[in-house]
Amino acid sequence: MLNVTIDGIKVSVPDGSTILQAAKEVGISIPTLCYHPDQAVKANCRVCVCEVEGNRLLQAACSQPVMEGMVIKTRSPKVIEARKTILELILSHHPQDCLNCIRNENCELQSLAAEYFIRDNPFDLKVRGLTKDVSTPSLFRDPDKCILCRRCIEVCTVIQTVNALGIENRGSHAMVAPSLGKDLIDSPCIMCGQCIHACPVGAIGEVEDIDKLLAAIADPDTVVVTQIAPAVRLALGEEIGMDVGELPMEVFVAGLKQLGFDHVLHTNFTADLTIMEEGNELLQRLGSGGTLPMFTSCSPGWINFCETFYPDLLDNLSTCKSPQQMFGPLVKTYWADKMGIPAKNICSVSIMPCTAKKYEAARPEMNASGFRDVDIVLTTREIGRLFRMSGIDFKKLAPAPFSPWMGEYTGAAVIFGASGGVMEAALRTVYEVVMKETLEDVNFTVARGFEGIKEAEVDLKGTVVKVAIAHGLSNARKLMDQVRAGESPYHFIEIMACPGGCVGGGGQPITKANTRRIQRMDAIYIEDEAMPVRKSHENSEVKAIYADFLHEPLGHKSHELLHTHYQAKNKKFL
Amino acid sequence: MAEEMRIVLRNYGKIDPLKIDDYIAVGGYNSLNQARSMSNLDLINEVKASNLRGRGGAGFNCGMKWNFAYQTPADQKYVICNADEGEPGTYKDRLIMENDPHTLLEGMAICGYAIGATKGFIYCRGEYPSVAKTLKQAIAQAKEKGVLGDFSIEVRLGAGAYVCGEETALIESIEGKRGEPRIKPPFPPVSGLWGKPTIVNNVETFANIPVIVAKGSAWYAAIGTPSYPGTKVVTLTGDVVNKTFFEVPTDATIREVIFQFGGGIPDGKEFKAVQIGGTSGAFIPASQLDTPIGFDAMTEIGAALGSGAVFVLDSTRDLVDVTARIAKFFEHESCGKCAPCREGTMRMHELMDKINTGKGGSADIALLNKLGRVMSCSCLCGLGQAAPSPVISTIKHFAADYNAKLM
Repeated sequence: MLNVTIDGIKVSVPDGSTILQAAKEVGISIPTLCYHPDQAVKANCRVCVCEVEGNRLLQAACSQPVMEGMVIKTRSPKVIEARKTILELILSHHPQDCLNCIRNENCELQSLAAEYFIRDNPFDLKVRGLTKDVSTPSLFRDPDKCILCRRCIEVCTVIQTVNALGIENRGSHAMVAPSLGKDLIDSPCIMCGQCIHACPVGAIGEVEDIDKLLAAIADPDTVVVTQIAPAVRLALGEEIGMDVGELPMEVFVAGLKQLGFDHVLHTNFTADLTIMEEGNELLQRLGSGGTLPMFTSCSPGWINFCETFYPDLLDNLSTCKSPQQMFGPLVKTYWADKMGIPAKNICSVSIMPCTAKKYEAARPEMNASGFRDVDIVLTTREIGRLFRMSGIDFKKLAPAPFSPWMGEYTGAAVIFGASGGVMEAALRTVYEVVMKETLEDVNFTVARGFEGIKEAEVDLKGTVVKVAIAHGLSNARKLMDQVRAGESPYHFIEIMACPGGCVGGGGQPITKANTRRIQRMDAIYIEDEAMPVRKSHENSEVKAIYADFLHEPLGHKSHELLHTHYQAKNKKFL
Repeated sequence: MAEEMRIVLRNYGKIDPLKIDDYIAVGGYNSLNQARSMSNLDLINEVKASNLRGRGGAGFNCGMKWNFAYQTPADQKYVICNADEGEPGTYKDRLIMENDPHTLLEGMAICGYAIGATKGFIYCRGEYPSVAKTLKQAIAQAKEKGVLGDFSIEVRLGAGAYVCGEETALIESIEGKRGEPRIKPPFPPVSGLWGKPTIVNNVETFANIPVIVAKGSAWYAAIGTPSYPGTKVVTLTGDVVNKTFFEVPTDATIREVIFQFGGGIPDGKEFKAVQIGGTSGAFIPASQLDTPIGFDAMTEIGAALGSGAVFVLDSTRDLVDVTARIAKFFEHESCGKCAPCREGTMRMHELMDKINTGKGGSADIALLNKLGRVMSCSCLCGLGQAAPSPVISTIKHFAADYNAKLM
């Protein structure tokens, strides 16, 4: 332990503590901007500087380790002058359009400017006038707003190993830019949107499709149908001032109806359907010597990653479309018939925790219904904005039911939202299909938790099936490299692009730390626990769609509507 | 009356730099053999006792630095010579490398033995391709003669970035990354090149080593000023008669350097100011000319010995204009990593230009002072911390020049 004095308060802190950590011990909060709890220390914004007795230079609290006997001042006149001046410098090179910024009221720079009451900035406003990058259907970049904290670069490089972003130029011309100065669409970007969570300001955000939705709702001839992804509900509460998981599903449905959606259905229904298709595909591959290990295919960021970095392993990917894209063609065929609504009148909307889903819906092959299968994809954040705009008070809203045929779901679908969930759901079904006996304990707890790579073995009538789960693409890369080297011991691998799985998706409420992702994961298993039915093959609407329409998993209709193919992305990076 | 004393330039003009036998004939590589007969610690203590301090600008005790690297256990350690001589007006390292490359190799090899490193790098300024050629030739000769033993040296060329003279940025550059400074601690002697204990010393520092080993620490410590003993190569530019170099003991005064060695101001003009240590040095007025050039005496007057560049200005020069150009240099050379340097150097140039073109007011001077204060204590590395000193020192000592340009 080391004894230090901070602003006159004596405290003992563990060896290796930084000034920032030591100050926290005594309840002193030091402002930060480039600091991120889940990332390496950068110390480049210098907003956290403090005075250390005997030292002419101010020290960055985030990086400076404390030493025995250190006397630290976190709010001396010298410190305040430095912090205010640095904030003035950053602000004077940053657009002042907070009012119409996507991060208004949720911006770390804006908060600091308020805390340090920056009023009359002595430096002249100088906005760089760089071009906004709107090349992708998922993400935009507004380099004028970038404050060069480099948090986006770290998440893209270290956590996701995508390396789409880097630093270009020097000095005041330095900027974060996609590889070789290209547009994002021509970079290795996989649209996962983790950079949005990392960004302290509005320099990166999701491409908003709210206006398209409002136009569809306003058109009397259009039937607006929506699907809600598993991880959305529990995080949406955070956008509308509720706790994680506090918003009941039926009240959420009622809210969507208030917004003007004609029918509310659930992606969870196609999550259960995915299990039927993917579980059977696994059994088929195991039985017939197909390509193994089989990779899950529900995370579009992961699909982009595989197509970009592992084009030689595309045969390992399950041919199953993601639940969103299974839902799309079914709404415009099966459901349209059941409801007697012409497919051409349907506007199919999905509400997703994901930015890559916007890209996925726009892929040219996603038109199995004869139309674009999913017309509009909204993120959790966008639907939150719509609710705030509409002034809906969820506390006063009566619950409302889902529309029939594609709204029922099981606990197995719910857990799709957390890393390991697809695996656990698949095992629940595969076990019963193979063993032809009831699975007494449906909880495969080894598949749960925030561990980067999880693995398990399941004994199916003497056949040991080895499975692995990875979330965050740096973890996926480890498993992929094993497969590429021919050294993978696994039969089935679940991969989610985002840390924590969809609960931590790029479209979720701005997530400042992994602790929040873990909270959401916990909420998912509580919801699963409370479900009356927890195995996908016991979903009665799933049984009905096989009886009436699809006939059998991996059948002719399934192949036409629910399965897809992949294509190597021949991006030339060098 | 100070006299020139050649230690690091002892072989200048006396040997053919491209002939290793010439170097050996004047006692070259004897010190390396002598060092290898000593224990690592005895050698380090000898260097420490000489009180040799780094000639790159920071003035850290060389032996102490070596000791950190020696005491840090590692399977590999590195010796790097900082030959990224980027300070405008400085060419002392080039003089040593062009005229006596083997003294540098010998100094590095002694350091390698002291700390337990077998690999060395010379990070040579990109604008010195001919120097790199000389160095490579010298290395090849030393290898052929086998004088370096198991110590190998590789030359790496910089690409022109001023910031790569900062030791951690230099290390990043050798690693193939963008040349940007690292957070310290950890310092390179503990964790440097590829995370291994690394000594980064300047060319001039290494060139002192063979002589210290040969003649002993007591001999060296008695030369010049006790707190910063030895000599310093100064390179004179600007409005001075002898635009050349001298190697002088560190107790020589600025006045002696300019008026005795330098021969004073040409054309009968008057002295106005001198900037010592390179572009980031303070401008020194006539009233401080009797300050010795030793590290601590310079620090006391708010200046720095730095690289030993001596840039003299006569009374006809427009100091505000000169300072505005320097501010432009720093805006250009900031790497952009930390906010106060990235934004601050840009603003400093903007404000200096405003004043220089007659559009500034006293508020701009006050803002420059505040900005300088903040940058000098908040920036991540020495570049940003030192960049304001020409501005701050000219505002302080030459206020009339500024006032004459205010609106």
